[in-house]
Amino acid sequence: MAAPIIIIGSGLAGFNTIKEFRRHDTTTPVVMLTADDGQNYSKPMLSTGFTRNKAADELVMATVDKLKEQFDVDLRTHTVVTGIDVDAKQVSLDNGDTLAYSKLVLANGAKVFEPPLKGSGLDAVYTVNNLMDYRRFREALEGKKRVVIVGSGLIGTEFSNDLTNGDFQVHVVEPAGRCLPTFLPEEASLAVSGALSELGVTFHFGPFAQEVEKLDHGVRVHLSDGATIDADVVLSAVGLQPNIDLAKAAGLEVNRGVKVDKFLRASHPDVFALGDCAEVEGHVLLYVLPLMAAARALASTLAGTETAVKYPAMPITIKVPACAVACAPPPLGLEGRWEVEQDGHHVKALYYDTQDQLRGFALTGDAVKERMALGKQLPDLF
Amino acid sequence: MKKWECVVCGFIYDEAEGWPEDGIPAGTAWADVPDDWVCPDCGVTKDDFEMVEI
Repeated sequence: MAAPIIIIGSGLAGFNTIKEFRRHDTTTPVVMLTADDGQNYSKPMLSTGFTRNKAADELVMATVDKLKEQFDVDLRTHTVVTGIDVDAKQVSLDNGDTLAYSKLVLANGAKVFEPPLKGSGLDAVYTVNNLMDYRRFREALEGKKRVVIVGSGLIGTEFSNDLTNGDFQVHVVEPAGRCLPTFLPEEASLAVSGALSELGVTFHFGPFAQEVEKLDHGVRVHLSDGATIDADVVLSAVGLQPNIDLAKAAGLEVNRGVKVDKFLRASHPDVFALGDCAEVEGHVLLYVLPLMAAARALASTLAGTETAVKYPAMPITIKVPACAVACAPPPLGLEGRWEVEQDGHHVKALYYDTQDQLRGFALTGDAVKERMALGKQLPDLF
Repeated sequence: MKKWECVVCGFIYDEAEGWPEDGIPAGTAWADVPDDWVCPDCGVTKDDFEMVEI
């Protein structure tokens, strides 16, 4: 029997690949290997769970048994891949087994940066990057009220709104001096943090969180400016980095992510990568829209029809109900200027390059309604 | 008029408003939205939406 296609990872990238692949091919065996419990959930929904009051189990869209049946996939949970031999076309597993593949798909996502914290209270520090993390975080908050969020990027900002909606007292510590610093120009950042402050979030812009000290009840978070915040739980949200270690050890080309071309093909012809672990034609985009486009193209290629993925400009929606946010950050280092119109929390900021071409935007409040129209004016990524 | 929510990203399709950006006029019932329409925020297909109480 021919070796199966092996997919490493059971997140949105892995499941959408098998889902799309089965539209083309119902017979080729597929094995999915995951270090997690394998239940199907949508990661973006992890940062709206307190507003909706959803326990971890309620975010499960399909159980392992149902997935196996629905996609005819040999789904192996709590299974860690320890190595890839791209020449022998096999993977090795933490139980000592090796498994041959015909084609290999890396869909093993991104990991959180380790919280840059020290102290006696680190047991109270959590990260939320998958459903199992979410379950632990919710359990830790059972009967508690005070949360310190370290970092005001996408995840930290979404959680600050979500936890406040869930009746928690939320403090956010962000050294960059404003929220969403890598996504928004200053006027838009201020609109968002202003709306969140009105909702009840307390921001500490400027200092680092340095130490978490254990108290009899809860913890005390020490900031670099000498201030302290007492809390029950700390959520670290200081960013994600693509998982590249496995690919790198296998001799595949990596940069920020696993390097793949527009066919999602890595530096070995039978290895592919998509989603948060992949760097597609130089772009590392940790969002669902590019992942979906990649899954469709890859499924078609795996089924025998070489199909390139196309990346149009893909605006990002950041889930801050207190002040809606949609943005398309301009390319890093691109020379140009912001033009900003503002009415209270409603900000429309457009980024033009030196040729007066629109290259990015940031919209808050009612201005987000223009995201589609503006997105269509942006050039394709490739 | 009902609202439908994308189970992947939380995008809401409101029948009353339609989605004129993709040529779907205000007042278009979910059933009449073309099958090849995808969620503007995350790209999933109609299969991945479910109805939200209004």
